[in-house]
Amino acid sequence: MSHAFAMGDYGFYVWSAVAVFFIVLLIDTLAPLARRRRNLRELRARLARQENRRRPGTPPSNESDA
Amino acid sequence: MANWVPLWLHRLGSPPVFYRFAGAVRPWALGLALVLGAVALYGGLFIAPADYQQGDAYRIIFIHVPSAWMSLFIYGAMAVAAFIGLVWRIKIAETVAMESAPIGAAFTFITLVTGSLWGKPMWGTWWTWDARLTSELVLLFIYLGVIGLYHSFEDRRQGARAASFLVLVGAVNVPIVHFSVNWWNTLHQASTVRLLGPSHIEASMLWPLLTMMAATKLYYIASLFARVRADLVASEGGKGWVRDLLAGRAGNDPA
Repeated sequence: MSHAFAMGDYGFYVWSAVAVFFIVLLIDTLAPLARRRRNLRELRARLARQENRRRPGTPPSNESDA
Repeated sequence: MANWVPLWLHRLGSPPVFYRFAGAVRPWALGLALVLGAVALYGGLFIAPADYQQGDAYRIIFIHVPSAWMSLFIYGAMAVAAFIGLVWRIKIAETVAMESAPIGAAFTFITLVTGSLWGKPMWGTWWTWDARLTSELVLLFIYLGVIGLYHSFEDRRQGARAASFLVLVGAVNVPIVHFSVNWWNTLHQASTVRLLGPSHIEASMLWPLLTMMAATKLYYIASLFARVRADLVASEGGKGWVRDLLAGRAGNDPA
């Protein structure tokens, strides 16, 4: 099996290509998931601030995750 | 065409419907892409025999060529969405076009880097100003230009319209990339797999290539849908359906 992983003398080139493929696509997969969570968190904070302005006197505790 | 097809497409143009549809389809597309990608890589890296001229170095083809196909396919999909967005001003079409650009840029980047990793042992150089290589680099710059133009406007929809024009103008580069190996006789080899006529490739090497093509197509769907969902919760933030989503009233997935 170690023979198969050596790829002749071209192991460095073949496995680098595989690594680039997976690293780039992994970043591409994770980035939008994080962006959606961040967008939802910001929106939740904005709604909480609006709620505070409408009813002053309530403690601003729901702004903490802004 | 059956009447329900345009009706269904029309309904899909509504952001909350598209958001739910994308959320339901995305995990299946991503899971199937992972399975097919693993099968294709196993077939390409371990089962397929070594090339009689290039030895094992040719195995980069199983990443390089599907990525190159995707760099052009995504541009085509982006151009169609941009055209629909410009003509009929459908918000989902604009979002699909703008969120396709980073995925296309990612595949173009992979194509250039893996091509470089293939060129060094086979051609003896990391880079040359070959017609195919140069036009693919231009494609990357067009993708980056589209992304940059979209983000340079304060108003998202204005930015999407400006960038959509750039997408349509930049579409002239797509046939140049595709036919560059026929029009200019430079270093890059001609197409191995052809739609019309017989392919110049053994079946044991062809099936991993086609399986990887299917995997990258499914990956594009999964990534695009994740991006459109992320975009919609921000651009539709003031709307009732996103507030319902935040409050967990929509049921399925609150955050």
